[in-house]
Amino acid sequence: MLRIVLAEDSVLLREGLVGLLERFGHQVVAGVGTAGELTAAVAEHGPDVVVTDVRMPPGFSDEGLRAAVALREARPRLPVLVLSQYVQRAYAEELLDSCDGTGVGYLLKERVGKVEEFVGALQRVADGGTVVDPEVVRQLLRHRRDPLSRLTAREREVLALMAEGRSNASVAEALTVSEGTVSKHFGSILTKLDLSLTDATNRRVLAVLAYLRK
Amino acid sequence: MSSLTLRQALVRRRYLLGGWPWRAALYLLSSVPAGMALLLSVLLLAAVGGALSLVLIGLPLLLMLALIGLPVAAAERRRLRLIDPVPLGDPHRAPAHAGLSAWLRTRLREQATWREFGYALLFAGVLWPLEGLLVGGVLAVCGGLLATPVVMAAVTGGEEVRVLKLYLADSYPQAFALALLGLVLLPVLSYPLGWAAVARAALTRALLSAGDDGVDARIQELGRSRMRLVDAFEAECRRIERDLHDGAQQRLVALSMTLGLARLESPGEPLGGLLAKAQEEAGEALVEIRELVRGIHPQVLTDRGLAAAVEDVADRSAVPVDVELDIPERLPRAVETAVYFALCEALANVAKHSGASRASVTGRDDGERLTVEVRDDGTGGAATTRGTGLQGVADRLSVLDGRLLLSSPAGGPTVFRLDVPRTPAHLVE
Repeated sequence: MLRIVLAEDSVLLREGLVGLLERFGHQVVAGVGTAGELTAAVAEHGPDVVVTDVRMPPGFSDEGLRAAVALREARPRLPVLVLSQYVQRAYAEELLDSCDGTGVGYLLKERVGKVEEFVGALQRVADGGTVVDPEVVRQLLRHRRDPLSRLTAREREVLALMAEGRSNASVAEALTVSEGTVSKHFGSILTKLDLSLTDATNRRVLAVLAYLRK
Repeated sequence: MSSLTLRQALVRRRYLLGGWPWRAALYLLSSVPAGMALLLSVLLLAAVGGALSLVLIGLPLLLMLALIGLPVAAAERRRLRLIDPVPLGDPHRAPAHAGLSAWLRTRLREQATWREFGYALLFAGVLWPLEGLLVGGVLAVCGGLLATPVVMAAVTGGEEVRVLKLYLADSYPQAFALALLGLVLLPVLSYPLGWAAVARAALTRALLSAGDDGVDARIQELGRSRMRLVDAFEAECRRIERDLHDGAQQRLVALSMTLGLARLESPGEPLGGLLAKAQEEAGEALVEIRELVRGIHPQVLTDRGLAAAVEDVADRSAVPVDVELDIPERLPRAVETAVYFALCEALANVAKHSGASRASVTGRDDGERLTVEVRDDGTGGAATTRGTGLQGVADRLSVLDGRLLLSSPAGGPTVFRLDVPRTPAHLVE
């Protein structure tokens, strides 16, 4: 069971999300509608994970994202999942750059429709994983300079799936190949991108993402 | 009345035979009484108005003094017809509203009013005495010489006469010779007289013509109203974007979520399949709205400025695009928007027509102007006339006093360059 602080200015969506999360046995300890209230609620409740919208009153710009980054600076281990209406590399990068990029997620808002995947992603973020929306990853991967153009189409697919924070097993499942093949692909990706192999999948993904964001 | 002007007449051989020399003389001479009257009025208004300004009665008098250029200029424009049939336009604008105060406000704000005031002072203080001297001198010299025999006969009984207080003539042959000299001098001197009148007319024209400021003011107003239109258009775009975001997008997300939950509850067929299909439709609608919104007004432009927004466009481009924008500070919103859509258009053209394998966007803001260049390695041959897209871009930039250059020789490369002042003149912020 996760204790969640939820920030979303649309009452309709907020209610819907509360219902959805409770349906999966989580507890929304506070549902708020502004960035200021979000900061206060986190201070008050000390939740396991924060779910926040990007665009909120009063400015309807990117208050939610800014609040999330500020929260992360104050409490580096607070997991935050940001829901955005837009595929926006700049936003995702800012979020991933906050602290070391563990325990953060950037998802398109509409992913909440895929209920189980959404809740799974939230769990991964709460466990310290990194979740980046496939659309955003695709944007990160497109038209990057030369090192990436050296990757084969298959390797890119693997990398994209990895960047979503999936394990080797889940990547293998998605591509209907064996786990060994995935490992091999990933090894060759790392070689091509001049990245050293580290132990945690997340670390590797982050290294890749960091490289892509250069 | 012939359409000839004095200036044209002066260089013709028949100048002396027509009425032109007399007109020139009349033009210069008529300045004298007018100038005297004007000088008197100016001094009177200034003295009385100044003295009485302490008790407020003087203020309307001083106001009249300030506006004295108006009747003077009107009269001068008329008088100019004597030697120049080309009419001199009235530079004044019609006041926006009826009534004295509106008229006064309009007049006192016009540059032309103050130019006319200056002219009136110049006229009263300098011009008319000069003109009087000039015409008076010519007439006195020629008249004096011509009159020598008459004066000799009438006044001194043929003994002697002092001509122009300079020369003593003491015989009739001498006197007639002098009269002949006067007769010869008259046409000779009418040339400088004519040129003096031309110079005087040119001065009048320069100071009292409609000049550019009437037109300038209108252009300024046009510029401002265009800017207001563009601004209103953009505000409308932002409103639509906001409405879509707060309304349709949120509802569709909620719908998708509800459908997701429904699928969770009833995974069986056929309902499960239908729910999945419905959810897919909702997802497609969301994607479409997202694209639509980006076309109307990209949120990232508002939040992060031009460079981030352009990188975002580059990310989505089918042709690889390198972006290097050196823009240290946020630009005015209108500039950001116009330049953003210009670059969108340029990159869309690269993707659609150029056949390029790579493109680059480079730009910098030097504090004065923002210059951005889009370059591709395609086949060239692009033209601003193709499609209305670029025309729209050029229009939008010109509202901001910006410029657009397109160089696209056959065989490439195509270079699309724009530059915009950092703070356009008509900015409504």
